[in-house]
Amino acid sequence: MLSSQTVRISLVFVAVALVSLLFADIAITASNPWRDLGNFFLGVVTPNFFSSEGLMTALLRTVAFAFVGVALGSVCGFILSLVYRFLPVRIFCAFVRAIHELFWALIFLQFFGFHPLTGVLAIAIPYSGIFAKVYSEILDETDPEPGRLLPPGTGVIAAFLYTRIPDCWVQLRTYTAYRLECGLRSSAILGFVGLPTLGFYLESSFSQGLYSDAGAMLILFYVLIATMPLWVRPKLLPVYILGAPFFLGEGLPIVWGNVERFFTEDIVPSPLRDGEGLSGMIPWLSDLMVNEAMPGIWNTVILTQIALVVTGILTLLAFPLISNHFGGPVRRTTGHVFLVIVRSTPEYILAYILLQLWGPSMLPAVVALALHNGGIIGHLIGRQTNSIHLRPDAPTGFNRYSWELVPRVYRSFLAFLFYRWEIIMRETAILGILGIYTLGFFVDSAIQNIRFDRAMVLILITALLNIGVDALGRYIRRRLALQTMPTC
Amino acid sequence: MSGFDLSGLTASFGGKRVIGPLSLSVKQGEQVALVGKSGAGKSTLIRLIHERVNRESSLVPQDLGLVNALPVFHNVFMGQLDKHSTWYNILTLIRPRSGDRDNVRELMKALGMAEKLWLPTASLSGGQRQRVAIARALYRNAPVLLADEPISALDGPMAHQVMGLLKERFQTSVIALHDIEIALEYCNRIVGVQDGQIVLDESSERLSATDITSLY
Repeated sequence: MLSSQTVRISLVFVAVALVSLLFADIAITASNPWRDLGNFFLGVVTPNFFSSEGLMTALLRTVAFAFVGVALGSVCGFILSLVYRFLPVRIFCAFVRAIHELFWALIFLQFFGFHPLTGVLAIAIPYSGIFAKVYSEILDETDPEPGRLLPPGTGVIAAFLYTRIPDCWVQLRTYTAYRLECGLRSSAILGFVGLPTLGFYLESSFSQGLYSDAGAMLILFYVLIATMPLWVRPKLLPVYILGAPFFLGEGLPIVWGNVERFFTEDIVPSPLRDGEGLSGMIPWLSDLMVNEAMPGIWNTVILTQIALVVTGILTLLAFPLISNHFGGPVRRTTGHVFLVIVRSTPEYILAYILLQLWGPSMLPAVVALALHNGGIIGHLIGRQTNSIHLRPDAPTGFNRYSWELVPRVYRSFLAFLFYRWEIIMRETAILGILGIYTLGFFVDSAIQNIRFDRAMVLILITALLNIGVDALGRYIRRRLALQTMPTC
Repeated sequence: MSGFDLSGLTASFGGKRVIGPLSLSVKQGEQVALVGKSGAGKSTLIRLIHERVNRESSLVPQDLGLVNALPVFHNVFMGQLDKHSTWYNILTLIRPRSGDRDNVRELMKALGMAEKLWLPTASLSGGQRQRVAIARALYRNAPVLLADEPISALDGPMAHQVMGLLKERFQTSVIALHDIEIALEYCNRIVGVQDGQIVLDESSERLSATDITSLY
């Protein structure tokens, strides 16, 4: 077994996670965590849909922000995908998508304030980068032969529309629809920084201990996502996209003076602003690195590595829940419901809930990241096992699991896991806003203290860290010859 | 110009020469059948000729090169994308003009599949797909036809019907064929290819089926 490359790399990652565990702050600090958890579940099973009109408004706003943001992102992403072969475009896209939606929201909040544009751009900008990459990959895979057969002198646009787009139209549409689901999640969590979406509602319900209201919100959110195939119809899309901008809410007007001040003063490093010149930059930067960036990076990496391995373990435990190779229809239905719930809940919301219940430490973050990502990969792997045909006399039970199925899906399991490595890191950084000492914590504190220059440097560092992990993940996948489809 | 005179045709694959060096000259009015064993280099030769005379030729490649998601009409219309403005082509993609529809329908009727005009080519059978590629070449209406096994998936009567149509529409053509009878019947010049070289070049009146069989 040790001679297998995939097993060796897995063991390396498990070892790194175990070492990280020694340094991690894993604890339950709440005085009565189980009672709180019990109250929360009681709230979920006794949802209160009618407590206020706020819930329906928040739901409407969530959908509106998702539609406008994703539509804008997909248009920009499509245009970028046409020039994606140019290195500067690739670098630009990698950079904008390495910064999490919430960080973008935090940046825009500083100068646009609570204007709808903040939420729209926070989704549209990182999504443009992601769309550009995936669209260009899809376009690259179209059959080049029909294009070669066109009469010479055919216009570039006509050639593109006749020979490239029809060939990959289905993939483009499927991916965009899938991104819309991601957009709903992104839109929901924008509420945590004060935009009028579901996250805002959840936070205020929780802080008042109104668990039934929070439960109602979660249930509505699951229903919204689970019924997407019913209400997201090609014929209705133009209606949604044209209508959505009118449901973003008024927000507060943009003060253009703030915009100007943000770019000309706020984000200029303070030594430069105060006229200390470049000599003042070195102590400023080293103070920032030693006291904020380094601890932030250290905690982000540790938490990411632990969460990655726990995600893997959870995936391997979860995929049999929906696999046709085990048990009966009742178990599979329960399995499906469980996986839909954990993968539909944004990790940020899971982490928020667990943090409220268990108190601040890395534990809620690890569990939230592992549940959400394990749910996504477990679902994909479980579906994959359903296309495997076993010989009629194949062993059953645990032997079937360990001898027949796991060896067959292990490579794609690793492919998905390494694909999501960068996503897990991006989320880990952002969970800092909830009070875990990852990079997001230091970004958030810098913003609270109105030190935007520091916040911008920290966001830049976070982006570079994500780009680095993304490159490493891709390197490992290439070395092991693992292939995968994009997931969000 | 509608004939061509090419020399120094060569092609290598993985460092091994598969074609040539050879010369081929085709005059206007010559309908050339390329015959020879599979792997002799017929397809490569067609591809080489197409690279040199692209602008003047209608090509039917062996793998057809259809856009599977588009209906028959659009796959055929693609043969004349260079004749219209970009706007016209975009509008046609959304809603074809009745004049164009009639032209393409007429063409598909001659190929015995007028009723399939609006079906995506992905849903067609092999023989039907082949006829769509042929229709595209006919619609392109270039002076020279280059076709690589254009009737390999067609049954007897349909094969004759298609070959008759090609003979009638293209004065000058180079068609790779494996059916010797068909080659003799519809082409006026036979070129035999063996190991990447031309080993036979004769007008079809002076050949019989047995003369060609020796190539196989």
